Amino acid sequence: MEFIINYFNYIIVVIIMMIGLWGMLALSNLVKKLISMAIFQTGIILFYISMGAKIDSSIPIIKQAYDEHHHPIHQVINNADYANPLTQILMLTAIVVGVATLGLGLALTQKVYSEHKSLNEDEILESLS
Amino acid sequence: MIEQAPILIVVTPLLAALFITIIGLYRPLYSWVLTIITFVITSIFSFITLKKVIETGTIRYMLGNWPAPFGIEYVIDHLNALIVFMIAVVGLIVAIYSKHDVKKELGDKIPHFYSLFTLLVTGLLGITLTGDAFNLYVLLEISALTSYALLALSKGRAYIATFNYLIMGTIGACFYLLGVGYLLINTGSLNMTDIFVILSNNPTSYAVLVAFLFIMIGMWIKMALFPLHSWLPNAYTYAPTSTSCLLAPLMTKVSVYVMLRMMTSVFNYNYIFNVLGWQTIIVSLAVIAILAGSIFALRQDNLKKMLTYLIVAEIGYMVGGAWLGNANGFTGASYHIIADGFMTLCLFLAVGCIIYKIGDAQISSMKGIFTKMPITMIGFLVGAFSMIGVPPTCGFFSKWYLISGAYEAQAWPFMVALLISSLVNAILFFRIIEVGYFQAMPNEDPEAHPKQQKYNEAPISMLIPLLTTAAILIGIGLYTSEIVTYLIEPFMDNFL
Amino acid sequence: MQTISSLLPLFVVLIPFIGSIIIYFSKKSENVRETWTFLVAALNLVLLLKMAQWILAGNVYTFHIAEVLPGLPLFFKIDGFGMLFACVAGSLWIVTSLYSIGYMRPLKEHAQNRYFASFSLAISATMGVAFSGNILTMYLFYEILSLSTYPLVTHHQDAEARGGGRKYLTFLLSTSIGFALPAMIITYLNTGTLSFSNAGIFNQTTDPTLLIVLLLLFLFGFAKSGIMPFHVWLPGAMVAPTPVSALLHAVAVVKVGVFCVLRILTGVFGIELLSTTSLSTIVCVIASFTVIVSSLIALTQDNLKRRLAFSTVGQLSYIVLGAGIATTFGVVGSMTHIAMHAFGKITLFFCAGAIYVATGKKYISQMVGLGRQMPITMIAFLVGSMSIIGLPLTGGIISKWYMILGAMDAEKMWILVIYLISSLLNAAYFLPIVYNAFFCKDEDAQFPDKVKEAPLAALLPPVITAIGTGILFFYPELFLNFAKLAVGVN
Repeated sequence: MEFIINYFNYIIVVIIMMIGLWGMLALSNLVKKLISMAIFQTGIILFYISMGAKIDSSIPIIKQAYDEHHHPIHQVINNADYANPLTQILMLTAIVVGVATLGLGLALTQKVYSEHKSLNEDEILESLS
Repeated sequence: MIEQAPILIVVTPLLAALFITIIGLYRPLYSWVLTIITFVITSIFSFITLKKVIETGTIRYMLGNWPAPFGIEYVIDHLNALIVFMIAVVGLIVAIYSKHDVKKELGDKIPHFYSLFTLLVTGLLGITLTGDAFNLYVLLEISALTSYALLALSKGRAYIATFNYLIMGTIGACFYLLGVGYLLINTGSLNMTDIFVILSNNPTSYAVLVAFLFIMIGMWIKMALFPLHSWLPNAYTYAPTSTSCLLAPLMTKVSVYVMLRMMTSVFNYNYIFNVLGWQTIIVSLAVIAILAGSIFALRQDNLKKMLTYLIVAEIGYMVGGAWLGNANGFTGASYHIIADGFMTLCLFLAVGCIIYKIGDAQISSMKGIFTKMPITMIGFLVGAFSMIGVPPTCGFFSKWYLISGAYEAQAWPFMVALLISSLVNAILFFRIIEVGYFQAMPNEDPEAHPKQQKYNEAPISMLIPLLTTAAILIGIGLYTSEIVTYLIEPFMDNFL
Repeated sequence: MQTISSLLPLFVVLIPFIGSIIIYFSKKSENVRETWTFLVAALNLVLLLKMAQWILAGNVYTFHIAEVLPGLPLFFKIDGFGMLFACVAGSLWIVTSLYSIGYMRPLKEHAQNRYFASFSLAISATMGVAFSGNILTMYLFYEILSLSTYPLVTHHQDAEARGGGRKYLTFLLSTSIGFALPAMIITYLNTGTLSFSNAGIFNQTTDPTLLIVLLLLFLFGFAKSGIMPFHVWLPGAMVAPTPVSALLHAVAVVKVGVFCVLRILTGVFGIELLSTTSLSTIVCVIASFTVIVSSLIALTQDNLKRRLAFSTVGQLSYIVLGAGIATTFGVVGSMTHIAMHAFGKITLFFCAGAIYVATGKKYISQMVGLGRQMPITMIAFLVGSMSIIGLPLTGGIISKWYMILGAMDAEKMWILVIYLISSLLNAAYFLPIVYNAFFCKDEDAQFPDKVKEAPLAALLPPVITAIGTGILFFYPELFLNFAKLAVGVN
């Protein structure tokens, strides 16, 4: 029980990734494969973000304080108040990559359909051999 | 300008891709010219960087002048300087070669092809240069996405083959990302040198083990190590000719480079070979890869597909060589990256010329090809001899190092597999030579086999890159000593 | 003893190479092409003779080509043995070129440009092997030779040629890549050098089992030497036109194989190491087996060229046996036998080809009574076979004499017995051919109509080489001195 509470984020991430991975390899419909790919990548994204989370922390944007003359006041930043921005930024990139891959995959699926008239991988392989 | 050379190597093709698309709308031929200019500039910069690395040692270039662990860093040391040069030169050669072929196969998509082409090479150059683990993922995906698009440009079976490649490639890249995530948790840094220092000092945990495992498996998927190779033959066979000429020499070899980089500059030698101790298993896997690739290649009638299975076997060479754990094996693996890149390029260029002239790549339709296309076949022969391992081509010297490494590590199955694969390569290529050289057999219809084919050679813009590559193969072979002494040994002094 | 670095060896190797390119592209006329062939061959021979003078004075040539691996260069080092072989190959090349013309033109063979160009390339590779200073250089030129002789073996481009070519390459490539290459690498890793030296490159501390394994790998790895069971390519390569069989399979290709084996035995292992360990016995046993078995097989062959092929296999193992005895006389004898056998065998092959050109006959049973119609050819055949058997008035007896002396030195009497038996077998499969050609009953003669001798260009070479074997009997120093220099004896 302790284990689940302490590591629940990792457990959930693993479950999501495994669902995605299973879907990519075992399902035969091309669109379902792509959706599973998206699920797989989401799992990884959640992993990274949960990496950067801290207890009772807020979003990593510093609210700059100004004095009467609109000059910025030097502030002491307490790291524990803000979640780690690095992992979130990395994941912005990964989300973009995921979206691009998904778009490319869907365009390919369209082409596959126009060529083979089916979206089922087993049917397509049968028709080819 | 010279100090900025490392970043210019990557930025030039990146920006040029944009201009290629724009100019291509006006007149497609100009996009070809701009591509060539871009690659000439990139080659010059990478050559300058290569010289500088040989003279002064590792170059560290900080992007945006942000110091190392905080900013992204490009590290050019002896291992990747030559690979960067190779990528640029291969890109240049294929760009020159592709003129006729792209016009024939992809008539209306010429500017798209060249901009994707340039972006792909950008990604590959970036992967090789970067010193930051996450930056590598970004560039890995850039090159992967552009390669999917390039592969799917041709009609027919290419679509489903590319789809399969997309799924497998994404799994590979995501595994790599996962591994980097584990490393980030453990070390708090993404910079490769920083991670190396932190991992060397602290005792290792299971998380680092899993990180290593995920990174390795991700890269093995990307480099098509048996049994994760199933996407490679179909994807490269049904692709347009120029695409496969670009992808076959580069994509898998850059993934091998990433594996080497991870093994030496992120995780250290002691951890991999002494603490983990997997080398016997991995070398056995490499042995199976070599034998499986060779056996599958024997069964193919399509010349292009046969070559893709040979790529699988060659990857087995490199993985086995790297995991032997001694200097000779590692030298063999890194030298083989260069050697195999050019060998594969030479063979695919030759096959491309044959497809351009004859229409298909079936071995049975190549009767009498020695009289029909002698110059193409000379290039093909040089590539074939390099694959077989005939001196003085470079293939012989990489086998020298790999066999030496196998002997020192007493990895007898690996040595035997290397020798068997050389012999199988000889059988494969001489089968083709027989078909092209001999007249009809007694039980064949003599009418179907013209006694003397007319001379009908591929265009000059396709022949010159082919012959240049053949000359490079022999040149690299003769200069092996220089390459090893100046480039590979200094690298290993640091890390082994 | 001086060692000078000179470009002469490079020229000797490069001239036939450049010549082959020129010959291939001289499509204008046959005579132009033939002129080029002779020019190149003559130039080569002149350079060789110039080098020979220097070598005979006891000096050595070297030439550094390139350092291809760290600490391991490709270089030429020409001593007496290399010079011997180069002179044999160079002098016989001119004669064979003349013969090729006489053979190919009447038969109107196709693709003669490719033929002469490949010939030139093969000679270039042979010179490279002769001049090699270390195993790596030797291996490089050995492989180039295998590949450049493939178009020659498969010249006829029909189904038979295909099968012969396949066998040729399968055996040669699989042994050189499968056996010789690992042996070379293991030798390098254990000793740190691959250069030939008279004292051998292994030291006393090397593991004896490793030495035996390496010996076997090297012996079988250079399969051009025809040691059984990797001799199968030789009879298979007889599908080639006879000039090819003559030069390459009686002189160049097979002699390269046996040259390599001898170099390994004397330069890598060293005579001393061979004689003090069991290695010498292993070599002798393997070679003796081949000698006897091949001679027995030769007795059963009716195709003249096949009989000559098996005879070659046996004679090559003679040479290996002579070196395996590991005494100075034995080695001198085996090196000289390279030259003697070359002249003798090439005469026999020339005669076989001349018979084919003149009559179209390939089988011995069809050649009864031929001596009456083609006396010159059959007399040349007789002289050649006398040299092979080892009868006086021909050069073959000199080298056999030395090898027998070597066997007695090593006190291996069983080798003497082997030599005697094999000489008898040689006589048994050669003399009947000549006897039946000359002395037979009129009604058995197969040639009632007049058959003319072969054209002059095909007739002159066997006469020249037959006279050559005679000259070698009276002046064996021509080649004997090289061998003695190589072994270091006076």
